[in-house]
Amino acid sequence: MSKHHESNKLGIPLQRLPVGRWARLVDNVPRKISPRFLDLGFVPGTRLKIVRRAPLGDPIEIEIRGTRLCFRRSQLRGLRVVLEDETEP
Amino acid sequence: MSVTAAAIQPSRPVRLALVGSPNAGKTTLFNALTGSSARVGNYAGVTVERREGMLKGSNGQVIILDLPGTYALRGESPDERIVEKVLEGKLAGEAEVDGIVAVADATTLRRGLGLVRQLLSHRRPTILVLTMIDEVRARGGRIDVRGLARQLGIPVVGVVGHRGVGIDQVIRLLRDPWHWPQPKTWPPADEDPLRRFAWVDAVCKAVGADELPPDRRTDRIDRWLLHPVFGLVTLAVVLIVFFQSIFTWAAPAMDTIDAIFTGLAAFCRDVLPSGWLTELWAGGVITGVGSVLVFLPQIVILFTFVHLLNDLGYMARAAFVLDRVMGWVGLQGRSFVPLLSCFACAVPGIMATRTIASPRERLATILVAPFMTCSARLPVYTLLIAAFVPARTVWGPVGLQGLVMLGLYLLGACTALLSAALLSSTLLRGTPSVFYMELPPYRWPTFRLLIRQVWGSAYAFLKRAGTIILAVSVVMWCLLSIPRAPQIPGLSAAEQARANLEASVAGRLGQAIEPAIRPLGFDWKIGVGLIASLAAREVMVSTLAQIHAVGNPDDYEGLREALRRDIDPITGRRHFTLATALSLLVFFVFALQCTSTMVVMARETGSWRWPAFAFGYMLSLAWVASFITYQAATALELG
Repeated sequence: MSKHHESNKLGIPLQRLPVGRWARLVDNVPRKISPRFLDLGFVPGTRLKIVRRAPLGDPIEIEIRGTRLCFRRSQLRGLRVVLEDETEP
Repeated sequence: MSVTAAAIQPSRPVRLALVGSPNAGKTTLFNALTGSSARVGNYAGVTVERREGMLKGSNGQVIILDLPGTYALRGESPDERIVEKVLEGKLAGEAEVDGIVAVADATTLRRGLGLVRQLLSHRRPTILVLTMIDEVRARGGRIDVRGLARQLGIPVVGVVGHRGVGIDQVIRLLRDPWHWPQPKTWPPADEDPLRRFAWVDAVCKAVGADELPPDRRTDRIDRWLLHPVFGLVTLAVVLIVFFQSIFTWAAPAMDTIDAIFTGLAAFCRDVLPSGWLTELWAGGVITGVGSVLVFLPQIVILFTFVHLLNDLGYMARAAFVLDRVMGWVGLQGRSFVPLLSCFACAVPGIMATRTIASPRERLATILVAPFMTCSARLPVYTLLIAAFVPARTVWGPVGLQGLVMLGLYLLGACTALLSAALLSSTLLRGTPSVFYMELPPYRWPTFRLLIRQVWGSAYAFLKRAGTIILAVSVVMWCLLSIPRAPQIPGLSAAEQARANLEASVAGRLGQAIEPAIRPLGFDWKIGVGLIASLAAREVMVSTLAQIHAVGNPDDYEGLREALRRDIDPITGRRHFTLATALSLLVFFVFALQCTSTMVVMARETGSWRWPAFAFGYMLSLAWVASFITYQAATALELG
């Protein structure tokens, strides 16, 4: 039980989020993340989803705060999310 | 207006700064507020474009400064740093602003308010203009403008920029920033982003601004245009239509302009007394400028396409589709839009690299930008292709000439990418910076904005034709005509003209460099053109036109025919063979023959080292590639 809770808190890497599923950014924003992400609103608790991958696999399009932005997968390393329906008890 | 308010008003005009993220509708708003009074220039010392205009009906008492689009303050790119400095009043040569007009797209309020919060930390009178409020309603959302104004403590106006909704209200407010309500507490200057967005979320919750469902039309279109297979097919189709249209649609207009200038030159020779002044006028100015102005229809079509695709929102999609490819060569998706602008002209393309935050990728993009086929190459390509590539149909509406043109564009683009790969693995090694890009909803561009943009680009081209090309035309005519060869009795008029040409300063220059370009299949006449085209590529065409008009003034029926019929009197062979034409085309793909590009490169990189480097390596590449092309084509007996 506690192990499950632990994995919930850590979440999964954003790159591994399935396309089309809503998720929330987890609390611990790692320091190595560029401040740019924070300025764009990638702060803990923010809802986002992966809309699609580009035809060649990279970059990916993310819907966040009503905007659609695209990022290279490698740059999203370090961001972790929790699938939305898992956070609801 | 109260007396006290009048007392605190300075006697100089009020200066307001327009700040907002890219795609927030800032340009449309700026145009609606200032009408046609905008003045475009640069910030002192840096080359970030600076636009300012007078507020409509303010009699010059309110000046609006349109700052570059930015997602947040304290940014990394040159554009973003300018915004910060202007707001702090720390930019040399720039007067302090009296107030801030924040512009935010109402459909992306949850992100846009983050910037608004940062702007408020500057503690200047601020108002918020929400754009595209019609889209919020269309997508089933609602926007509580008054509630938002209460929450923020500043005036908030909702507008639909292109329809003029709400613009009058904004104009009324902007006349008097001294009476704008101000927030009770200002946010701290260095607020933690976590807190900033917590505030944003709280405000959005308080005014009931929920996240909007995605724009369904955009979703439907993207499902096709960004589809793994159809997405790539669409991109290919767009590019083919693009190049095909430049050729086929422009042809009638080009023929008309050509006929007008040829007629005008003949008319001048008939009417004016014969003499060198008439020749300078008819053979120098009219033929020179006319041979370049012919390409105005193509330039207009090209820029219409570029601006239309950009305004529709497709340009960002193309960058999205191709970013992976850009990544392979060490560039990023952000490099794509500047490189694509280089199809129009390398100068705005290089200036557009200022949106790239990382200096390494920015420099790589700048150095490879001149390989992209700019509109100045178009005249040369069109001339040579029309003269030497048969106008055969290959498949359906697709013709051989259009395909060759596409091939040249691809050759340029591929070389740019390969050079980028080479540069980023040798001279410019390092780790790539954060790349992000917005995919805005598809929007119909407003007709007026499109016309305005295309006219601006066409005007720049006309200005070049009226200044650089006119000047070079006159200089070249003089060099081509002075000194004259002695009159030899018994020589036909054409032979005498030829002797004159060979004796002229330009003729001798061409002959001097002939040994260096002979292996490429170029004779001294092309050599003259190459020297002249160092100023600007399209001068090649006007110079060739002048050479042939000077060499054969009585029987000149357009440059295309003249090139085809130019026979060497000794060998009896054509000067211009298909092999020569191909070699010359390849030379133009690679060589950096453009003074403006070198100047802007020097300005953007801060030294003449990089343009000198680019000129050197591009010229070497051009020589080698032309050599291979000519030798291969001759071996295959294409000549």
